[in-house]
Amino acid sequence: MAEILVLVEHVDGDVKKVTLELLTLARSLGEPAAVWAGPGYSEIAKGRLAEFGAERVYVADSADIVDYVVAPKAELLASLVASRSPAAVLVASTAEGKEVAGRLAVKTDSGVITDAVGLGEGFIADQSIFGGGVNVHSRVSKGTPIIAVRPNSTAPVPAPGAAVEEKVDVALTDAARAAKIVERVKQEKGARPELTEAAIVVSGGRGVGSGENFAIIEKLADSLGAAVGASRAATDAGWYPHAFQVGQTGKTVSPQLYIAAGISGAIQHRAGMQTSKTIVVINKDPEAPIFEIADFGIVGDLNQVVPQLTEEIAKRK
Amino acid sequence: MNIVVCVKQVPDTATERKLRSDDKTLDRDAADGVINELCEYAVEEALRLKEAHGGEVTVLTMGPDKATDTIRKALAMGADKAVHLVDPALHGSDALSTSYAMAQTLKKIGFDLVILGSESTDARTGMLAAMLAERLGTPQLTLANKVEISGTGITVQRVTDYGFDKVEASLPAVVSVVEKINEPRYPSFKGIMAAKKKPVQTFGIADAEIDAALVGVANAWSEVADFAVAPPRAAGTVVKDEGDGGVKTADFLASKKFI
Repeated sequence: MAEILVLVEHVDGDVKKVTLELLTLARSLGEPAAVWAGPGYSEIAKGRLAEFGAERVYVADSADIVDYVVAPKAELLASLVASRSPAAVLVASTAEGKEVAGRLAVKTDSGVITDAVGLGEGFIADQSIFGGGVNVHSRVSKGTPIIAVRPNSTAPVPAPGAAVEEKVDVALTDAARAAKIVERVKQEKGARPELTEAAIVVSGGRGVGSGENFAIIEKLADSLGAAVGASRAATDAGWYPHAFQVGQTGKTVSPQLYIAAGISGAIQHRAGMQTSKTIVVINKDPEAPIFEIADFGIVGDLNQVVPQLTEEIAKRK
Repeated sequence: MNIVVCVKQVPDTATERKLRSDDKTLDRDAADGVINELCEYAVEEALRLKEAHGGEVTVLTMGPDKATDTIRKALAMGADKAVHLVDPALHGSDALSTSYAMAQTLKKIGFDLVILGSESTDARTGMLAAMLAERLGTPQLTLANKVEISGTGITVQRVTDYGFDKVEASLPAVVSVVEKINEPRYPSFKGIMAAKKKPVQTFGIADAEIDAALVGVANAWSEVADFAVAPPRAAGTVVKDEGDGGVKTADFLASKKFI
């Protein structure tokens, strides 16, 4: 079976969930080969990749790869595409993942599809476009298919793989070392999962009323082990940092469960969350358009409903 | 400094957007065209850099005739001149061909700095800036929420999942900006009047030495196999809070095994 390269996303040596999802997806279409880029590779990481079906692990763990913006990862993948002729390359459809995919597509003269929410036979990708209004099947018609798949597109399912290791040395070109990362600044976040890959997201909007009151959104999120998001109205008002904005000009999320509290559901917001599997809405305005996409909705004051929900979840644990 | 700001006309997201049934490309006639929102931040950043460091701001857009409205908007904000890449051969170009056509044009017109919005509201691929950097062989300084220039050096803050990276490079470079990097100005009446007199140069594919075999819907690297209007989500249950809304929501979450 033909090899499918999966670019591993990792943080502090841990393999991120989205990579396990991509390995699961790759298994249904070929033989998954994980590509580790940057320092931090360990037996633990290898074990994780093996657990989810990686038959091979290409390890390029020099610091160089992550000291420069995006281009080194694209060069690494391009060298593997040239030497291994994989059937496809899968990356996570995150802001950086898509940039890697874009550069790789140029380098290998290959077609690229972003924001896939599913992937089937012949590498035909499912996409949901125009804020969820249209469903599209797309395919790459030239070169090696490069597909950026959204986190939470499939459930990660373990199935052991051999995880045969192979060291890869890439001599980076000067062009790949043109934009140097001189400092990494880590901000807040605490113990919550990352917004784009969280299985559950709890978001607050205009109805939350103030920055202080976002505490009730955070408490609900923490009771569910969820990430916190915010609508543009809330970030514009300065109640929550822009990095957590879900929507057309912010992050796109596609979790198993999305809870929207005090969010009316303008297209700006829906475009960033409409592919969520289950949507729960709490809003005092029964006419709010977000109720149209709700699987379950409560018309009521979020200041009453949200704390009661948090309390109820704690009771049932 | 010669700053080129790339802008895109997109269908207004407040109107219904469609794909054409014939060639499965975006139906640009079905909806009103507006400047892509993130491009306004790019224009603003270009103007601020010019105000701080001197130079000239050129607007570059690729799009059909009606994209001139978007060019005028950027000129009304304060850009000096514009280049409009327009040619029937470009219709339906995908990200690879668009980046190729734009890169060819940028080589032709020259630049010290190229600035773009980080993504468009229609295709939303978020790849163009990275692809341009790859094609032009210049540093990629993308997803910036802060840009500083000093001589030929450029430093940006690149937004990441954990916060940001501080990134350094030398000009010429390609920058993409995220929302809230600045507050885009509204064009003044004077600006709108002045924009009507600013030069807009039209480029066809021959002018930019673009190979017709590498652009357009027929030569795309990816294609839409088929598409359908999304069926409406099955109507959910909506209940009025009678003092037990939180409990009822918990019941629902339990029924779906989230708790």
